[in-house]
Amino acid sequence: MKIVIIQYNAGNIQSVLYALERIGVSAIVTDRADLIQTADKVIFPGVGEASTAMQYLKERNLDTLISELKQPVLGICLGMQLMCKHSTENNTPCMGIFDEQVQLFSSSDSKIKVPQMGWNNIHHLKTNLFTGVPEDSYAYFVHGYYATMGNHTIATTDYIQPYSAALQKDNFYGVQFHPEKSAIIGEQILKNFITL
Amino acid sequence: MLTKRIIPCLDIKDGRTVKGVNFEQLRDAGDPIELGALYASQGADELVFLDITATVEKRKTLSELVNKIAHRINIPFTVGGGIKTEEDVSILLQNGADKISINTAAFLNPNIIQSFAKNFGSQCVVLAIDTKCESDGQWYVYLNGGRQKTDTLTTEWAKKAVDLGVGEILLTSMNHDGTKQGFALDITATLSETLSVPIIASGGGGNESHFYDVFTNGKADAALAASIFHYKELAIPTLKNYLHEKGIPIRL
Repeated sequence: MKIVIIQYNAGNIQSVLYALERIGVSAIVTDRADLIQTADKVIFPGVGEASTAMQYLKERNLDTLISELKQPVLGICLGMQLMCKHSTENNTPCMGIFDEQVQLFSSSDSKIKVPQMGWNNIHHLKTNLFTGVPEDSYAYFVHGYYATMGNHTIATTDYIQPYSAALQKDNFYGVQFHPEKSAIIGEQILKNFITL
Repeated sequence: MLTKRIIPCLDIKDGRTVKGVNFEQLRDAGDPIELGALYASQGADELVFLDITATVEKRKTLSELVNKIAHRINIPFTVGGGIKTEEDVSILLQNGADKISINTAAFLNPNIIQSFAKNFGSQCVVLAIDTKCESDGQWYVYLNGGRQKTDTLTTEWAKKAVDLGVGEILLTSMNHDGTKQGFALDITATLSETLSVPIIASGGGGNESHFYDVFTNGKADAALAASIFHYKELAIPTLKNYLHEKGIPIRL
């Protein structure tokens, strides 16, 4: 099986590669269109800022390429957000694979810190991405923007309000948390994605 | 619910864990990778690796060590010690560190906070502050591993650093460090209530109730400790079960 991790100007790509190695899966990190198109599974990671990342992807036509993929695709964190319709982070139009919107956490309670950083529960788990993952499991999150709830929500998390912890439409999956840093639960989710 | 985090800290010198450890099940208790993996399997929420190697030359082995840790450890980890330049940060992140911790270099040159935050994101920039309460009742910033006093108040430096872009603060009370008499609750709570970033409390954790206190009265988002974990005075599962039963949001 050929697993490709899309390389672009967003962090934590190595961590995803190492996490796959820990579960016995080798992957290649590339931005080459032919390698991405012919992969069996594609992972689209990312930590960073939405407009800078989208601009980088557009300049290389990677946004169109990702949107047209037919094999299972997993967006992680910013990767998932860029697959949504729009992010309020610097008012950025995104790929529009998922209808959900990406917004900044805001709370009238100044004691609630943004970004959310740490371990939080994931609820209402749907699809085979979460096979063997118990309801309310903990996953590791680091993010200031969140995807709203919608038709494509396949997991939720509560921080200030409920939001989409994971999304799915057709062959496209996205998780807001970092499975590559979420201990054995994260490894199970990565294994599930690889065997979709 | 977002949980409070328990963070073991491993001091590294020339690639080995120092401060002594006492783990029979480890093949090599001085190997930070093995010890980190053990803590991760026991439920540690994050790890901090602090390089206290004195020479720049020996420090080069740090990136190789970080790479090995990143291959092995399935939870987030921070690396600190002697980080001064964008290149230092870039090498550590490329080798798989999730966050980097800065201390003296940031105080002497606060511009690096902005440049690190801009280039790598605030989420990976942890500011470590060593602080001491003086006879005037005020908490001051100390540099160079606590050897050098400054006239700057900890509250002022922390606020400035957050404004410049640090994503988290690791606060070590020198009055409490090593005492095992509990964390510095007042300064921890002051920072946590006035700043928008998470506060990691460090120094003084000796038993379960100290962690309970720092998460309640101290308002800490995370608590860091070293020797009580290394010497098996307090096992992470025991601590986390205790906190859970006392109603603290904790990942079991």
